[in-house]
Formats: sequence, C-alpha cells, structure tokens
Amino acid sequence: MVEFRYRTDEVTEQPSVTLDAFLDQSNATAVRLEPDDDARALIPFLDRLTLIEVAFPKFRDGRGYSAARILREAGYRGELRAQGDVLVDQIAYMRRCGFDSFAPESSLNPDAVARALANYDHAYQGAADSVVPIWKLRHG
Amino acid sequence: MKLLTGNDLGSGAVTWWTGNGWSIHVEDAADVGEHGEAILHAEEGARRVNAPYIIDALPTENGPRPAHIKDRIRALGPTVRTDLTLKPADPAAGDWII
Amino acid sequence: MYKYDNYDQAMVNARVAEFRDQINRRIAGEMTEDQFKPLRLMNGLYLQLHAYMLRVAIPYGTLDSRQMRMLAHIARKYDRDYGHFTTRQNIQYNWIKLEDCADILEELATVEMHAIQTSGNCIRNISSDQYAGAAADEVTDPRPWAELLRQWSTFHPEFSYLPRKFKIAVIASSEDRAAMRLHDIGLELVRKDGELGARVFVGGGMGRTPMIAPEINPFVKADDLLSYLEACLRVYNRYGRRDNMYKARIKILIHEIGADAYRRQVAEEFAHVKTLGIDPPLAELERISAFFTPPAYDAANVEPDRKDPDFALWLDQNVKPHKQAGYAIVNISLKPIGGIPGDATSKQIDVMADLAEKYSFDELRVTHAQNIVLPYVAKRDLYAVWQALRDAKLADANLDLISDIIACPGLDYCSLANARSIPVAQKIATRFADMDRQRDLGELKLKISGCINACGHHHAGHIGILGVDKKGVENYQLTFGGSGAEDVSIGKIIGPGFDEDGVVDAVEKATEVYKALREGDERFVDTYRRVGLEPFKEAIYG
Repeated sequence: MVEFRYRTDEVTEQPSVTLDAFLDQSNATAVRLEPDDDARALIPFLDRLTLIEVAFPKFRDGRGYSAARILREAGYRGELRAQGDVLVDQIAYMRRCGFDSFAPESSLNPDAVARALANYDHAYQGAADSVVPIWKLRHG
Repeated sequence: MKLLTGNDLGSGAVTWWTGNGWSIHVEDAADVGEHGEAILHAEEGARRVNAPYIIDALPTENGPRPAHIKDRIRALGPTVRTDLTLKPADPAAGDWII
Repeated sequence: MYKYDNYDQAMVNARVAEFRDQINRRIAGEMTEDQFKPLRLMNGLYLQLHAYMLRVAIPYGTLDSRQMRMLAHIARKYDRDYGHFTTRQNIQYNWIKLEDCADILEELATVEMHAIQTSGNCIRNISSDQYAGAAADEVTDPRPWAELLRQWSTFHPEFSYLPRKFKIAVIASSEDRAAMRLHDIGLELVRKDGELGARVFVGGGMGRTPMIAPEINPFVKADDLLSYLEACLRVYNRYGRRDNMYKARIKILIHEIGADAYRRQVAEEFAHVKTLGIDPPLAELERISAFFTPPAYDAANVEPDRKDPDFALWLDQNVKPHKQAGYAIVNISLKPIGGIPGDATSKQIDVMADLAEKYSFDELRVTHAQNIVLPYVAKRDLYAVWQALRDAKLADANLDLISDIIACPGLDYCSLANARSIPVAQKIATRFADMDRQRDLGELKLKISGCINACGHHHAGHIGILGVDKKGVENYQLTFGGSGAEDVSIGKIIGPGFDEDGVVDAVEKATEVYKALREGDERFVDTYRRVGLEPFKEAIYG
C-alpha cells in the first residue's frame, strides 16, 4: 500500500507487470523491477511509463538505490516507488536517489518519516534530487 | 546444561538468565533445559535482553562453566586485562577461563 | 589540517541528533535489533563480546592535540580509561553503553570528530600515508584528496547498502606505507605531463580470500576522480554478490568477471556519470589543500646529541628523515614488550597530545600498524620528546622490529574471533625482549589475526599468525612471506597449526633459520623469498 507519496499527479490505476512481461511487448504503463533486473532495459520506454516500482525484498539489499538513480538520470519523470522492506531510516536516502513514493510492508509512523526527511539541511554529493551539494554552495 | 545469555540493551553488559531475571554473574545462571527458546523470545520481546542466544555449559561446584572458551571470556572479561574482569582479585579466574 | 566550515559542522551535528533519535526509538522498542543494527554500525557502534564497542573515525589518521585530548576524555568519562588504535587509523573503545553513545558523539562533534561510517556496508574511513606532508618522496600531500573523498562518501545515498564494507586508501609515493594495494580501492597520486591524477587500483583486500588489487586505470585526472569512483562503486553496488557475505567484497566480483570486464563496465558507467556534473571544481580541492600547507618551520638544522645511549637507540630505530632540513618524523611505539598492541591509557593519550602541541605543530598521525606519529619535530627537540615518552612508557625503540606487532583485539574482545591474539603477541614480544637480538633480526613485520576476517592483516605479515578454532581449542596457523608495502605479497601457510606456546617456538625457530641463511643485509622476508619454505619447514616441523 502506498503510504507516502511526494507527487501532485494522480496515482496510476494500472497494476505493474514484471520487466520480462513488459519487454515482451506489453502495453502496460507500470513496471516492477526486482533487485537483479537491469533498470537500463527500460530506458527506451520511459515516456510510456507512469509508474516504476522497485522492489526491496530486504532492506539491506541496496541495488534499488542504483536502479532509481539510473532511471532519473535517463530522464524518467513518472512515479518511482520503493516497495517492500522499506523502513523509516532508509527513506531520506531513497528520496535523494529519486524515489517519490513508498509502499512499505510494515506501516510507518508519519511523524517519524517527516523527521527523517528533515534531519539534514544539506548534502555533500549530487544525487537524483535537486539538493545543491555543499561543494557547489561553497563555490557558487 | 543450557544457559540463556544476552546483553543488556542500554548498558551492553553481558547478562545471564537466572530463572526469574537477569544477572551479570554467570554463577547465577539457570539451566533452561528445553525451554530456552520460549524464554528467549519472551524476554527479547519484552526488551529485558538484547541479542540473546543459548549456550552449552557444564555444572561445577562453583556454578555453571560455559563449554566454549569464547563464552567463558564473555562471562568474566578479557584474559589480558584481569583488572577489567568481574573478578579482578581472583587468582583462579584465569584458569577458569582457559 | 582540515577545519570544518559551517556546512561540515552542521552535517556532523545533524548526524548526532539523528542517531540520538534512532537510539531512543530502539530503547523504546520501536525498532528491532535487526532494524537497528545497520544504523548503529553506520555510526561505528558494535555489540561486542563484553559490551558495545565504539569505533571513532580519525580521518586519514590525522588529528590535533585538542582532538587527542577529547579521545582521552572519552576514555576516562565513558570507558575504562584507555583506547585502542586500529589497523585503519581509527580508535576503538570497548566498554561503551548504548545509553551514553549519543552524548559521546555530541562531545566528539564539538572537536570536529565523529564515528560516521566506521562500520556497516558503506564506504569506510579513507586511510592514507602516516608520513603525509612530511615525507620527501611524496608527489603531493595525499590528504586533501582523502578529505575530498571523505566528504563525497559521507551519507552517500546510493552507496549505503552495498554488498559489503568498502575501504579506500590514498597514497602519493611509490613507497606504500598504507597497504594501498590491499584495499577495495587504492589510489596512488602521480604526475603525468605535469598534471596530478590518480592511478586507480580496485579489488584488493584481506579477509578470507586475500587479493592484491589490479590496476584498473593508470591515470584519472583530479576533476574526473569523483565521477570515476562513483562509476566504480555503482558497478559494485549493482553486480557485487549478495548471496554469500563471505563472497561479497568487490575483490570477488573482479576476480570472477576479470579486471578487463570490470574496467570496461566502469568506463561505460563513467562516460555516463561524467555528464551528470557531480565533480566539484578544482577550486574545491584547492580550498581543502590550503589547510595542508607546510607548518611554519623555523628550526636550524641541528643534529641531536647522541650521548645518552638509550636515546641514540631510539633515534636510530623510531625517528625517520623529514623532507624539511632540521626536522624529523617521530614514531611513537604503542607496542611495549608484554603490553597490548595499539592500546594507550588516557594519560598516555594526553602526554602525546601535549607533545604534539609543543613539539609537532599540533599534529599527530595514527598508523595502520597501530602506532602514533609526530610528523613535524625539530631535531633540536628530539631529546626532550624522547624523555617525555620514556617517562610515559611510550619510548620502546622497536619500530618495524619483531616486537612491533600488529594484533587485532582477538577473542579477548571480539565476538567474531576464534582465538586470542593478544597473549600470542605478548609471548612473542617477551621471548624476544632482548633489544640487541631484535635489532640483529632487523625489520620483521609480524601480524596476528584472531580469525579469518584478518583485521590483524596477517596475510600482509612477513610472518603472519592466524588464530583458528580447532574443535573448540585455540590453534594458530603460521604464514610467511606477506607484505603490505610496495613489494606487496600474500603470505603462505607453512604447514599444520600450533598451540599458543608452539607457535611462539615456531616463530623463534624461523628467526634462527633466517640468521643462519641470510646474505648481505637481507631482511627476514627477503631471505624467505630467496630460499623458499623448505629450510624453515624442516627446522619447525623436524
């Protein structure tokens, strides 16, 4: 269930299909990536997609963070959702990597999520978000 | 015999299940027999212990002696800093561990 | 050395507040240990054999007296009055309470210190050459680059849940004083056509399967470096093994797909990442470099008076030449005979802080051999420094000799260990307590690990000792011929293992064989490489 969404557009109604099913000439507009799927396989089709869901079966498996950044770097503007073993303390890094909606397996406390996202005013490195990295603030 | 051991969540101290609570002294440890897992889950759930697990031990006249040297070091303290162990003044402590 | 600006300070302060909140949620039961563990590891907090252990970062091994005094204060106030300096230039406290941890980090933050990413499956402390800024052979001071990397890797959102830990070392000389080739990424700064850049090695490491990092790129320019490293890490994050934690380091990935394939994948990713504009301008490296200018040297070139024979021995063994005339590099041994390698009492830490402030332009270094360096001591001050060290029992003249042992904490402290390492170190040092005997043996780097995780770097020892569990009893394997220097090599197991006394005897027999067979000024490791294992094996196993 999508608990946190940081977009203003409508939630897509379409169910997500697997990457294999999508590449097999599906008309779907929502795809689900497993940790060992190659996000770059979607690059030719990004303007067709309104939702890409990235699975996190175990929170320690950080492949989804790279998948997210790769998709945003390729110009994907649709909804990018982290689904699965998503805990409060990973949300901030996930946002920085380009995720804008979250479907955690276990419910998260909205206050804790808000606090987690407000913890840091700055970031040291550029990522998929619009935060200006500290080195850039230093040198204009 | 089977002992249930873990750490105190806040302090990190090594603790032993005594039968009705937790003690930092292995001499107080009780034989949990077949019931170890059940007690472990209850105590961990209630946050009265952190990272608990069950070990083998032999009963002795001075109390349980863990079967593995790692658990004996854990029970008493580092062999190379006897002043930091639970029994700094006990000359027999080293032999008990090793 | 580097000084935080408002941004750096804000980041560390925010981290303290975040972790304090996470600790409170853990104690209140809002998080399980399983959920809390990666978070506390990313703040350097382990649950160890006796208590929580906190690993405080000492970025590229550099600190000043104010920070050193804070480390002594933490030891006194929150621990048992001592600290342990590690093989990654950090410090560890073994008796920490979770309920004190946020306060400790808050105090550390007041002197620009932290425990960020000193554990966990993320990028760890960037290590470097302990003689940086003082060594005549360096192409440039590597530490500004290490600082640039420290900032880039701190709270990196994509690389905080890697398959395993990630260790980076930066050096700037062809002599490798930081075991650079045995890191996940090793950088050697070099000049090409007058421009500074990095030779990039990827895929080294110790642990279960030690490997020497192959060169992946002979030259990456300064303003491409972060993009290039980003590409290196991204390939690892995507393709490193996640099925088996003992096969999850990048060295395994490179070993399995081959250096050529890895190089190609990185090159492709780099071509893409370079378009993202994540490299800071050279002005940022220049800004950082301005903190690392040479100190205001003012001493005349005066040779110290060698009248005191003990002072002279220490001078010859522990004091190294400096790039600046009139100055010297002082090595402080934390390996007293019979003591615990790398440990220092809070009082000793304060003494070293005072000496740094008074005699070394307020700077110290921690070495990966678990010793301390005063990098900028005027030769005219060496005698006074030695006297103070001697009074504090920090003047053992045993740098790089057989009693200058690297040892992990081992089974006395570590829940991962299979055997105790410290008593073995103590017994060997005591067996060889005669300093004339040690000096006669010369450079002999002996390293002890209490388990296969190899935190004692035994694979890189001229003599290495690995503690194992043999049916519940501690047992020790001996390796010969390893090296973490530029003559890098992995040690080879010589035969069946020994008990504690047996391995000490075996080491002694090996040194006898060396003395009998050595030619010229060969070191132990040179003789071994020339004559091979057979003569040693025969003497040891009969």
